[in-house]
Amino acid sequence: MNRGAPPIPPSTLSEIPLESHYGSPAPGDYPYTRGIHRDMYRGRLWTMRQFSGFATPEQTNGRFRYLLSQGQTGLSVAFDLPTLMGCDPDDPVSLGEVGKCGVSIASLADMETLFDHIPLGQVSVSMTINSSAPVLFAMYLAVAEKQGVPYERLNGTLQNDILKEYIAQKEFLYPPRPSMRLVTDVVEFCARHVPAYNPISISGYHIREAGSTAVQELAFTLRDGIEYVEWALARGLAIDDFAPRLSFFFNAHNDFFEEIAKYRAARRIWARTMKERFGAAAGRSLKLRFHSQTAGCSLTWQQPYNNVVRTALQALAAVLGGAQSLHTNSLDEAYALPAESAVTLALRTQQIIAHESGVAAVADPLGGSHYLEALTDEIERRALEYIRAIDEMGGMIPAIERNYPQSEIADASYRYQKSVEEGRRVIVGVNKFVQSDDHPIELLQVDQQAEISQVERVRRLRADRDNAAVQSALGRLEEAAATDENTLPHILAAVRAYATTGEICGAFARVFGPWQERSVI
Amino acid sequence: MQMDHQIRVLVAKPGLDGHDRGAKVIARALRDAGMEVIYTGLRQTPEMIVTAALQEDVQVIGLSILSGAHNAIVPRVLDLLREKEMDDVLVVVGGIIPDDDAARLKNLGVAAVFQPGAPLEKIVRFVRNAACAAA
Repeated sequence: MNRGAPPIPPSTLSEIPLESHYGSPAPGDYPYTRGIHRDMYRGRLWTMRQFSGFATPEQTNGRFRYLLSQGQTGLSVAFDLPTLMGCDPDDPVSLGEVGKCGVSIASLADMETLFDHIPLGQVSVSMTINSSAPVLFAMYLAVAEKQGVPYERLNGTLQNDILKEYIAQKEFLYPPRPSMRLVTDVVEFCARHVPAYNPISISGYHIREAGSTAVQELAFTLRDGIEYVEWALARGLAIDDFAPRLSFFFNAHNDFFEEIAKYRAARRIWARTMKERFGAAAGRSLKLRFHSQTAGCSLTWQQPYNNVVRTALQALAAVLGGAQSLHTNSLDEAYALPAESAVTLALRTQQIIAHESGVAAVADPLGGSHYLEALTDEIERRALEYIRAIDEMGGMIPAIERNYPQSEIADASYRYQKSVEEGRRVIVGVNKFVQSDDHPIELLQVDQQAEISQVERVRRLRADRDNAAVQSALGRLEEAAATDENTLPHILAAVRAYATTGEICGAFARVFGPWQERSVI
Repeated sequence: MQMDHQIRVLVAKPGLDGHDRGAKVIARALRDAGMEVIYTGLRQTPEMIVTAALQEDVQVIGLSILSGAHNAIVPRVLDLLREKEMDDVLVVVGGIIPDDDAARLKNLGVAAVFQPGAPLEKIVRFVRNAACAAA
């Protein structure tokens, strides 16, 4: 939704006329190292998409409507930990976590409130959810039904990337193989019924936040992508029927040129992989589209205003690297979920890059730089080595089972921390240029009231709904889970009967069992 | 001063959060400093943590909490330690803990709270000194 955004002036500030791109091969040409569009942001700016969610569905709905009124062009839902982990607000393990890291969504009723007065046919919605993704996706579809929006008009993105959960973020529920089956259920359902929606966002962000290097982030993410493609092919889908809707999500970290080179290498590796390894023919299947988020783990508690500058540089790297959508972190995120003033400043940072800096006028303006091209080649070479190593292990699931990516990341994370400790790597305000009189900043407070109200609400829901209908829908879901039938129609039926997030994930757990990782330190 | 290898530490990750980068880095740093470190893995309830601390006979419990659930989780761990007459076990907390909450947790009996950016060396030194003083 870039309606109303002013066009990018095709000239410099001093009115020197500009081409849309310079040099050859041009952006928009295979293997898309220089970008997936010839004109890039001249044709369409990136989507400014601030990840947001806290407390109750009412409170987050208010924040969404505020962000849209401030010129944000897409929504991105942050769920709380109980929702991410498929637990209801009144589950004992949810104690203290309800509404803390995101919004609490326990049933379709909560989802209806979350998108109240937000037309899903017009606003693209990204949802960051993984192990319980099929359930929350079904709730989103059910809200669209209630708004009278046909599935074909829905566009948005479901993260639905379970592999990086085992590798990095660790929000898994079931063992890898049944989890992959659920991911593939969504990919298949979307390919058949929700064609403009991205059913997966293959994510390096969390891998990087867990302490990986840029090369590891790139390699593990693309290897995850290969795994999803293989599962979808095994399901009987044709490559060009689903590959165009695979999307990616990368971190934008501190090393400016390394990040830009990473995005360029990502596009080149993916295009070649899709063409040579999987025989994709459609141009859209070969084009790696990605969302980027600035690095939360780079933000410091000390001298928090420095975070505005870090974020601006990281965001600039994502733009120069050709991101399709961007989230800029707020200055207070080393402390808490962002306050409204902080998130507004983060959005303004993107708007200044887009409309004032001139960098959006020309596609891949750094292409052809000796340094950047060499760095792109080197990152590609190193990432391909990792991909080959994982291929030799038999794919990403065997690699995860033997803790390979997890150990590589843990080692890199410890090396990084040691380099900070020893002062070999400078972090301004933390290990150099330290000052003791930090100014306190305004913080968002999420009180216990959100938890109390969500607990009451889910209990009232269970008392008021047709419980016979819920039980029968859950029973059919459990039966389907035990076969190889696509589970999504059954999840939808349970959601429409107002079964809760915890009840639906619990039904799967009875069939699939839990997953315990062997922790390595 | 006692030998470091006599210091036994349980590093625990309570709550639903899976972000274990901090817990793992701390566990490794304490181990590299010569301590015996037991890492519980993810999603430990206060009951599981206190049981593990008892079985492993640790002097120190390190809790890593980033999700904001510390006000619900930490007091419960302290209560359970008291119930089991394990008040001599030091509890340190690391993570995203606002100043006011850090002060409150210390009043409840937490030995130290380490906020983001705390140097590893400072954490190692604190654990070593506190464990030796308590021994």
